[in-house]
Amino acid sequence: MKKNVFKKAFAVAMSVMMVGAFMTGCGSKSGSDENVLVIGGSGPLTGDYSTYGISVKQGAELAVKEINEAGGVNGTEFKLVFEDDMADPTSAASAYATMADNGMQVGLGATTSGACLTAVAEAEKDGILVVTPSASQVECAAPENVFRICFTDPLQGAYAAQVIKEKNIGTKVAVIYDKSNDYSAGIQKAFVDKAAEINLEVVTNQAFTNQSNTDFSVQLQAVKNSGADLVFLPIYAQEAAYILTQAQKLGINIQFMGGDGLDGVIEKAGEANVSALEDVLLLTPFFAKDDSDFVKAYRDEYGTTPDQFAADSYDAVYAIKAAMEKSGAVPTDSDFNEKMIAAMTEIEVEGVTGTMTWDKSGEPDKTAYIVQIKDGKYVEFN
Amino acid sequence: MGLNEIKAKKNDLITYGIVIILFAIVAVMVATGMATRHMQSILVPVCINIILAVSLNLVVGFLGELSLGHAGFMSVGAYAGCLFAIYTADILPAAVRFPLAMIIGGVVAAVFGVLIGIPVLRLSGDYLAIVTLAAGEIIRSVIINLGFTGGAAGLKGTPQDSNFIIGFVVVLITMFVIMNFVNSKHGRAIKAMRDNKIAAESCGVNLNSYKLLAFVMGAFFAGVAGVLYGHNYSILTADVFDYNRSIEILVIVVLGGIGSIRGSIISAIIITILPEALRGFADYRMLIYAIALIVMMLLNSSEKGREILSKLNFRSLGSLLKNRGAKKEVQGNDE
Repeated sequence: MKKNVFKKAFAVAMSVMMVGAFMTGCGSKSGSDENVLVIGGSGPLTGDYSTYGISVKQGAELAVKEINEAGGVNGTEFKLVFEDDMADPTSAASAYATMADNGMQVGLGATTSGACLTAVAEAEKDGILVVTPSASQVECAAPENVFRICFTDPLQGAYAAQVIKEKNIGTKVAVIYDKSNDYSAGIQKAFVDKAAEINLEVVTNQAFTNQSNTDFSVQLQAVKNSGADLVFLPIYAQEAAYILTQAQKLGINIQFMGGDGLDGVIEKAGEANVSALEDVLLLTPFFAKDDSDFVKAYRDEYGTTPDQFAADSYDAVYAIKAAMEKSGAVPTDSDFNEKMIAAMTEIEVEGVTGTMTWDKSGEPDKTAYIVQIKDGKYVEFN
Repeated sequence: MGLNEIKAKKNDLITYGIVIILFAIVAVMVATGMATRHMQSILVPVCINIILAVSLNLVVGFLGELSLGHAGFMSVGAYAGCLFAIYTADILPAAVRFPLAMIIGGVVAAVFGVLIGIPVLRLSGDYLAIVTLAAGEIIRSVIINLGFTGGAAGLKGTPQDSNFIIGFVVVLITMFVIMNFVNSKHGRAIKAMRDNKIAAESCGVNLNSYKLLAFVMGAFFAGVAGVLYGHNYSILTADVFDYNRSIEILVIVVLGGIGSIRGSIISAIIITILPEALRGFADYRMLIYAIALIVMMLLNSSEKGREILSKLNFRSLGSLLKNRGAKKEVQGNDE
């Protein structure tokens, strides 16, 4: 009999523990901690895309740390809650809910576009301000309460075509892009559309997918045969590093040009392959200048060079700070959300990715630079 | 025979009871505000995984064929149902549109089940597993390359009609259909086929048509689960339906016990909740999830583990395991 009671007690204890673990996992509502603004963001911290999520997290962390060390804003400290969403829309929805339970009052959305769309859909219901650093699909900033730091994919694609035509960087353009990636496919489509509109000849479109992103000899051979004098790479740094080193081995000596995703290609290619990157052009609002305070502080903190994801999220946190300063709002205000959202269209932020202003659409108004890689360093291109 | 039927009925009733009680507990928690938002956000995913696991169990557990293309059927259903919902969003009210979308998603997935099933089911064992895996990947690649599915950017604008109550109702329907099917004449034919093909054939069981029937039925419910999934989020991307997803569903089925519907339901709940419950561990989350999975599998498969579980009075898992033993006896009797 006694033994039986023990068994039952044990079973009950086990169930309580399991439920308890779940509850703490959710986190309890962090009441009204008066002088703290909880900023919540999610991104892939594990899995295939984890480098983007980690960069966004670290960029935001650094900004939050700096702001708090400088005494906060309006007597309020910032607190960052960053959840893992594995770049998966399902996981992003529960990550958002976790952060909401933790008292999030301003969001950073999610790092990747697909995940961000589900996070933004939730945020729209809550009416909180969202400043998304890196979700570049157009629809991510569609709700009134969402603002964006990066360029949208179509904007970037169209702008690249425009610049190539205006600066006469190339006349026959080949494009190599990742068909399975929304960022890459989005830029490619806009680029090709714009090119047709302004009579820029696109001689070939070569696609790859995330299943076949290490060997590019087929695509490069096709580019070579097409007679292109410029290759446009609307892709991320890792694939670009493969493409550029392989192009050098195949003896393809054509001008290469990429978008903001190419930032970080020097680190990815490694020192041994620097010669393969010579003369490559980047059209980007951010590149890691050795003498910038942000790059120095980031290197001190994390030992790596910040990429555009880190820079975008660093700026996102400073945009939130600027909006708070402008509106004078504090988290305990009943109309905090409205004040913050209204303030976003009135501020001007001098960020590490350029000077930005926003209108009601939530899109940033900022410029992109053309930079060129010379001897493994970025220099401005004219 | 009659005794076995009564046993099976009783068994099914217990399963319904567990599901309904769990639903009632959660419903009360939601109504009284005890459930955090985080908990509420995973209720629909739990329902989706239950439907997927139960329907895959029909193929893996009762038909005895290893299918790794379940996520492929899920994606076909999801896209079909969501496209239908998007185009009829202005015409039909949600109460008509959503059930219709689910039926359409299920039927389209079932059609793909037939198309893929006819050639694939000529194979068995490892070969079948690999071919279904390939079929799932083909579906995913095609979806990425088609224009009307939104390609890599995903399909947007599906009305968000999914909720926990609807998910629960669909779970009940799925359970009802599959459990009755398994206990029916056709179900017995399928189980007989699994246990001894030659004996079954000599008794007049048409192997190919029954094989196809079970496969298509599994595909239908995978499609329905896909529609439920698509209506729960504002974006649908093909990436989430890769082979990892198929394997995740298989993991649920194996953990719950192959051929046990109740086991599938319980393990679907555990597997869905586990990574979310581990959020507190931050960076170590997926590591701990993987370790927990290994431990559970070991515990589940060892004799000692079963003993411990049943000794601990762990009703759900314990009786499930006993139940599995009982099933073997039943099969023995049948032969």
